[in-house]
Amino acid sequence: MSEGRLRRLILGDTQANRVVPPSGFTAHLTLFVSGAMAFLAVFALALSMASGRLADRWASELARAATLRINAPAEQRVAQTEAALEILRQTPGVATARALTGEEQAALLAPWFGSSLPAGSLPLPQLIEVTGDDQGYDAQGLRLRLQAEVPGAVLDDHTRWRAPLVEAARSLRRLAWVSILLIGGATAAMITLAANAALAANAQVIEVLRLVGALDSYIAQAFIRRFTLRALSGAAAGVALGMIGVLLMPEASDEGGFLTGLGFQGWGWLVPLMIPPLGALVAFAATTRAATKRLGELS
Amino acid sequence: MDYMQIRGDAKVSIAARPQARRPRRLPRNRAPIETARPLGQNTRALLKRRKRGAAVIELENVGYNYGGGELLNAVSVQLAPGSFHFLTGPSGAGKTTLLKLCYGALTPTSGRVRAFNMDVHGLDRDQMAFLRRRVGVVHQDCRFLDHLPVIENIALPLLVSGRELNHEEANLRELLNWVGLSERAHALPPELSGGERQRAALARSVILSPDVIIADEPTGNVDWEMSQRLLQLLVELNRMGKTILVATHDLSLIRAAKNQVQARVLRISNRQLQLAGADL
Repeated sequence: MSEGRLRRLILGDTQANRVVPPSGFTAHLTLFVSGAMAFLAVFALALSMASGRLADRWASELARAATLRINAPAEQRVAQTEAALEILRQTPGVATARALTGEEQAALLAPWFGSSLPAGSLPLPQLIEVTGDDQGYDAQGLRLRLQAEVPGAVLDDHTRWRAPLVEAARSLRRLAWVSILLIGGATAAMITLAANAALAANAQVIEVLRLVGALDSYIAQAFIRRFTLRALSGAAAGVALGMIGVLLMPEASDEGGFLTGLGFQGWGWLVPLMIPPLGALVAFAATTRAATKRLGELS
Repeated sequence: MDYMQIRGDAKVSIAARPQARRPRRLPRNRAPIETARPLGQNTRALLKRRKRGAAVIELENVGYNYGGGELLNAVSVQLAPGSFHFLTGPSGAGKTTLLKLCYGALTPTSGRVRAFNMDVHGLDRDQMAFLRRRVGVVHQDCRFLDHLPVIENIALPLLVSGRELNHEEANLRELLNWVGLSERAHALPPELSGGERQRAALARSVILSPDVIIADEPTGNVDWEMSQRLLQLLVELNRMGKTILVATHDLSLIRAAKNQVQARVLRISNRQLQLAGADL
């Protein structure tokens, strides 16, 4: 596209814009579709970014975290806990090891049994929180040593449930991106339909313009600019509404878990602002294709 | 130099008409046409002023079939620059078809159409657009953009050729005055009478100062007084050096024109083009 044509497309040519009569339903259809699709795209983007954050966090945190459970009779529990902590202190790759207090263990059970649980009166195993360093530790070697020296110790490095959880979060992110692509495709298809309808409805206008010597690029530009600007303004409105919706969602909290973390954080709030120009780009491409094809057929 | 030749069955040759007057200009300055992309060789040829003496439009053994039947057969004609032709014949004889062939709106079934030394059939769509800027066309039904006022419809060729209308306002006003539509400049086309529509269409056809003006039944829907006024405008254009081709079945209009300008009359009869006799 020449610089002049690009300038005219962006800045507009009020005289040239008027040669095509404003068409009612295609204008409303384009505005509505681009607005609705942009609104959905904001949520798909929020889902993608939240699930991405979740996958990354779970992958990095769970990869280094492990839980050691001391299943021992009450009289041996303290001794075995001390022994296990000593082994953990000596194990290369273990950054920290800390026995959870009774209150902390009760807090873990609170979602199921309530906060008034008398944890001290229950035969609960002692839990030790283990955090690996960047190099990580040899889980299998540690497990064998604990088996030999602390018979009641069971090491759970979360591998069993960590992998599917991280994979689920990543799948969610992929699904969100597929949704965004589908939204883009559906927008393109709808705008192509609207542009074709507008071109067909204005066949006589096109005939008159050709009669007086208009180039196809001039005729196409009148339609392309109109649809591009409609898509841009519709998408801007949709994004604004979508971002307000995301903003009104509850703040991220430990209690709410994943659902309350569904939103944007930091610079992530700027990402949805790319949707209106991308929507306009999709409309531009769709209308250009439709206009080129239609004008070719009319010749 | 032959002023016009009709070949085929007619085989008539007509002596050249000396230009009695020096061609005048339309009441506007001709500015170079702006284009959105570099011009090709063919397009440059289209934009170039015609060579003195060369036919501006030439049909060579042109045939045209429509709906399975033959409408025109082996029609050959050359329109010399500055000439004035009437095209007549019964309804359905092919007058409009012949005009459309002249400005490339239709492709001949056989034969060749040349405009400004270019094979019209060989032009791409952009080149065809440049050709249309050199051939002003007045349709019988005028064909306006009904949502734009008259002044903007008349300015449409300027607009599509990339001219700034602000710079052309004085010329536009003068042209409106010339066709007697100054008072109706901001009316919408559906609000105009038949004669006003024809005059507006004529103004639109000449605003780019084309070399050729083709009019299809320009007086078909107007009364005698208005048809005389339109004829006067066409005669004036011809005196400015424009080549005029008018399709009409109004013989009184042709007789009136022949009193003012040396017009030649072509008649389509039995699918072929013939030179009309002196009975007109």
